[in-house]
Amino acid sequence: MAPRFDPRMSGAPLSPRPLGLGRHASVPVSRRAVLGGGLGLSVMAALSACGGGGSGAAAGDGTGAITLGSNQSDAVPKAAYQKIVDAFIEASGSEVGVNTVDHNTFQEQINSYLQGDPDDVFTWFAGYRMRFFADQGLAGDISSVWENIGGNFNESFKEASTGSDGKQYFVPVSYYPWAVFYRKSVFEENGYSVPTTLDEYIELAEGMKSDGLTPIGFADKGGWEAMGTFDILNMRINGYDFHTRLLAGEESWETDPVKEVFNTWARLLPYHQEGALGRDWQEAAQGLLQKKSGTYLLGMFVSQQFQDAEGGEALEDLDFFTFPEVNPEHGTDSIDAPIDGFMMSAQTQNAGTAKALLEFLGTPEAQKVNTDADKGLVAPVNGMDTSGYTALQQKASEVVGEAAHIAQFLDRDTRPDFASTVMIPSLQAFIREPGNIDSVLADIEAQKKAIFAG
Amino acid sequence: MSQTNTARPPATRRIRRHSTGDRVALAVMLGVPTLVVMGLVWGPAMASVFLSFTRWNGVTPIEFIGLQNYQQIVTIYPPFWPALRNNVIWLAVLALIATPLGLLLAVVLDKQLRATRFYQGVFYLPVVLSLALVGFIWTLIYSQDQGLINQLSGANVNWLGDPDINLGAVLVAAAWRHVGYIMVLYLAGLKGVDPSIKEAAQIDGANQVQTFFQVVFPTLKPINIVVLVVTVIEGLRAFDIVYIINKGTNGLELLSVLITNNIIGEASRIGFGSAIAVILLVISLGFIISYLWQTFRKDAR
Repeated sequence: MAPRFDPRMSGAPLSPRPLGLGRHASVPVSRRAVLGGGLGLSVMAALSACGGGGSGAAAGDGTGAITLGSNQSDAVPKAAYQKIVDAFIEASGSEVGVNTVDHNTFQEQINSYLQGDPDDVFTWFAGYRMRFFADQGLAGDISSVWENIGGNFNESFKEASTGSDGKQYFVPVSYYPWAVFYRKSVFEENGYSVPTTLDEYIELAEGMKSDGLTPIGFADKGGWEAMGTFDILNMRINGYDFHTRLLAGEESWETDPVKEVFNTWARLLPYHQEGALGRDWQEAAQGLLQKKSGTYLLGMFVSQQFQDAEGGEALEDLDFFTFPEVNPEHGTDSIDAPIDGFMMSAQTQNAGTAKALLEFLGTPEAQKVNTDADKGLVAPVNGMDTSGYTALQQKASEVVGEAAHIAQFLDRDTRPDFASTVMIPSLQAFIREPGNIDSVLADIEAQKKAIFAG
Repeated sequence: MSQTNTARPPATRRIRRHSTGDRVALAVMLGVPTLVVMGLVWGPAMASVFLSFTRWNGVTPIEFIGLQNYQQIVTIYPPFWPALRNNVIWLAVLALIATPLGLLLAVVLDKQLRATRFYQGVFYLPVVLSLALVGFIWTLIYSQDQGLINQLSGANVNWLGDPDINLGAVLVAAAWRHVGYIMVLYLAGLKGVDPSIKEAAQIDGANQVQTFFQVVFPTLKPINIVVLVVTVIEGLRAFDIVYIINKGTNGLELLSVLITNNIIGEASRIGFGSAIAVILLVISLGFIISYLWQTFRKDAR
């Protein structure tokens, strides 16, 4: 189709000057070449610029205004964070703006966020996932902050805040335990007692079954929920050290200790709520709330579903026990208790203000604001006035305090690509067909080798 | 052939009619869209092809690893083959069930029924909703413990969690939307059919079915091509519903979701995800090339 121009529209009179054929042909060719080449180059340049990371940006120790990046998009914790920041502004006279982003979005965009123009201080998770960004030079060293707040925390929290180079990059602000939740009234009515060994738990589950209850509530639609069950079984059976090495890619998945975890899980599956792969955790929590399920292994955020039910009485009826002992060698010495907190961007120009804010976040008064607002959380800081704690928070604090080892949850203790693209489908495949343990483990091991090679 | 003719070929004469202004306008009107297409379509596509031969997490330097990603996808990545199969099933259900159903609705509603506009509205309504919203609505319908179907029927079917039936359940939702879309396309087409040819067919003694298939349907050819293209696109880009329901795991794997799960988010297996994207691109190119080939062959004739 040769485009025909209306001379009246083109605005110029028809030119009597003939146009050479050769020139006509050469113009588009050269333009295309320039265009293609230039585009290719710019794409490459953009890619390599991304690959370079943010290490080139110079940081400064200024004390000007800063921003805090928060993933607490729900109303209650959002208001709590704002209150903490307001208290800091009042005490220090510094300017701090809060940028709140939806929780999942924040998590999914963390890579590009940190390499772009991140907030000076931002929410993140302790442990492996903190170390990953610290190793890439995307997080700022805040060891000087820890010199001041170190006395406020137990050694395990400092350990979880320390990068591979021995410097601190993280201030813990809250955590919550994963445990077996139940309703006290259900246990009282039926004369159940809290199991302390796996055999007792199975016996209890048998009893619940004959009483018409679902012994263990279960949901794994999101794919991450079952990670909690895997974590606790592996830590109970093989211990915390093996668990850590396994998730760091240093142990094979096709070994007897790992098979034992899945065999034990397969033994427990008949007592789990059926159809877990089509159910989200809120629905499973409703089963516990409605006294259809006897117990439910989940993080303490399960209490959100109880907070407003039955005029607040349901929350008081909620209790938990730590997953019972399986292997006497390890007892109940480990627990999943993911720690949330704050880090400083390596690019900040105002590290002075940022560090002052981080120091404030590590104080009892700041953390109390947070745990007062969200009853599903506990504060890691020592010396806090815990009179505002619910019985549940009090117990969580004690149970985690007693644990010798604190794990951060599977998707925080290993490479994120391994957790999301390998473990989620694999655990779901096991739950679907518990007889396929060998092939599931072979799949995990093959993919683990490929991913950890990089 | 006279010499004057060769000295002034017709092509030169035609080009001479373009003034400087014409040429500028031509350059702008062709150049800008070309730049946009190159920059927004082919640039990223080529970048994906390049990245598919690398290992990159978005932070550390890019590492070239040849065909390793492709080799791992087809050998040790369990969700890949189910995803490919589900995409084919998705396309087949839309093309063989939903599309004919849309055509049927269009034909029925094209007759002067009472309240035909009401019915058209009812069937078209899902098309206005985003697929993400459709996914959410059907989640409420299918939920095992609190869903509409199980509550009303008293059944306890795990509609979305059982990998043997959840693809079917989701396809009902996807088809629910697709049928309305196709219906509207065909309704528009049917409105353009000259009623006199139907009358002529009836005078010749054709019954309703014969009239439709032998007289009306062939005149809908341009619409058929549009519908075919729309259906293939919907089949290949399917994503929103399954992502809303369970992020495309456990029986609802689709290539588009595997790409997202690998690239977006913290996983950042950008090279690996790009390799899946390239596979999807090659499949799409297969449809595009056969479509273009068909079209140009007809034009040439």
